[in-house]
Amino acid sequence: MGSAARNAPLPWLKPAVLTGSLVPLAAILMRASANALGPDPIAQALNQLGLLALVFLVAALGCTPLKSIVGWTWPMRLRRMLGLLAFFYALLHVITYTALDQGLDWHAIGDDIVKRKFIFVGFFTFVLLIPLAATSTNSALRRLGYVRWKHLHRLAYLAPALAVLHFTWRVKRDVREPVTYGLVLGALLTARLVDHIGNTRCKARAWCSSKD
Amino acid sequence: MRKLNAPAAREITPERTYLRRREFLRNSLVFTATSTGVGSTLLWLMRGLRATPHKQPSGSVTQADDHTVLTIAQRADYASGEPKTPLESVTSYNNFYEFGTGKSDPAENALTLRPRPWTLTIEGAVAQPQILDVDQLLKWFPLEERVYRMRCVEAWSMVIPWVGFSLGDLLRRVGLTSRAKFVAFTSLIDPEQMPGQRSDLLPWPYVEGLRIDEAMHPLAMLAVGLYGRRLPNQDGAPLRSVVPWKYGFKGIKSIVNIRLVEEQPPTTWNLVGPDEYGFYANVNPAVDHPRWSQATERRIGEYRRRPTLPFNGYAEQVAGLYRGMDLHRFF
Repeated sequence: MGSAARNAPLPWLKPAVLTGSLVPLAAILMRASANALGPDPIAQALNQLGLLALVFLVAALGCTPLKSIVGWTWPMRLRRMLGLLAFFYALLHVITYTALDQGLDWHAIGDDIVKRKFIFVGFFTFVLLIPLAATSTNSALRRLGYVRWKHLHRLAYLAPALAVLHFTWRVKRDVREPVTYGLVLGALLTARLVDHIGNTRCKARAWCSSKD
Repeated sequence: MRKLNAPAAREITPERTYLRRREFLRNSLVFTATSTGVGSTLLWLMRGLRATPHKQPSGSVTQADDHTVLTIAQRADYASGEPKTPLESVTSYNNFYEFGTGKSDPAENALTLRPRPWTLTIEGAVAQPQILDVDQLLKWFPLEERVYRMRCVEAWSMVIPWVGFSLGDLLRRVGLTSRAKFVAFTSLIDPEQMPGQRSDLLPWPYVEGLRIDEAMHPLAMLAVGLYGRRLPNQDGAPLRSVVPWKYGFKGIKSIVNIRLVEEQPPTTWNLVGPDEYGFYANVNPAVDHPRWSQATERRIGEYRRRPTLPFNGYAEQVAGLYRGMDLHRFF
């Protein structure tokens, strides 16, 4: 393992991306302690953490198209970490909402989830991410078997779509930002679909079966 | 004598490490570049993708505003002694889509607004229609400071010391005719001064309205200042309405026209979201916004939410205006 890690190309890749990915958290914590998150710091932290979760959900979905279309293989090595970062920021987002925004008023939180569709969708998205994070290890993959694991992890397509919906329903009028994320997500999902259809056709014919 | 420069054996770099020094250096550089790139991309995304039109050189938020101190004849606290929201928050956390949709956009972009000279037109069902300079109003009415609670429809609130006069005093002065059933307000439309108007997020100009008895209520005011000075641009200079028992969007900023009319006038947020924003828009914890609760609010500067009060705490004064009305229907 040790020598394999040393010999693997780009040994700096994962630590570097992880470090960069934690910069926003450091920035939020520093601004919070310096009282520099603006007049409504809880709302600011809440919005930024939620946005970061969405960014990582979309980024994790970008890895496979980069491989199949551009031909880069290195993003695939980041996919699990990006997914876990999405869960991490989503968890912080949920904690900020329940503990700081609602002051752990479970009655109000329950009410919010049941009555408000944007909070219901956000909550549901977070719930979807829990089994994905829990089965992100190699041993979980082995335990589940690849086919079942793969089926379960198709939730990774649904989660960012719901997150975009949550974001769109949240804003008062200016939907340009959530729509932008929706378009990026749509492009990534389309790329997968096109690739999938191409592969299926390939498999049906003998001439490109060597590709697998 | 010992040789000065001889290093101890344990300090000598192992040959293997020495041979890999270039790889180590390259990896460190690429590591730093990658993490910096990822980190700054994320920080950029966090700032939001909304197009902030017309970035101004940043500086003190009220820098270019006219800081004229207003002469105040009397002061009254209508916020039960609750602590006032700091000036910095009142001038840096605004919803004023004419200057961008982010809360800090108005403070950054509103320097393009020219609040002087400013002409106000009062017309419609009035005895004496007027086209007057906004400063004339300051000569007509002694200025009062009134500390009001301000409850935004987004469930945050402030306590603001406005300076101005009763809207009713102005309407009485110009003389209402019997056809004056509603007051229609219009904000400035000028994409040069209000860069947010280059996008069609809202139908411009911003318009608002009040029923005549609401407009004549002594709590309804026209503000020309806050915290003892002229209104900063981002708070609606030079003239805005303040209706403290209604959600903040009923307070229209940078007013250029007041028209007395017979029919209920269109109002901007009602036009774009009729199921979410009513004409009345009275603060009501029992009627939720379809997408979020109105039962509680966060006072800017506080951490715990507080319960929202019916009519924003002014029920005693204004509830009578709505006697017999179904407030769930006329929200």
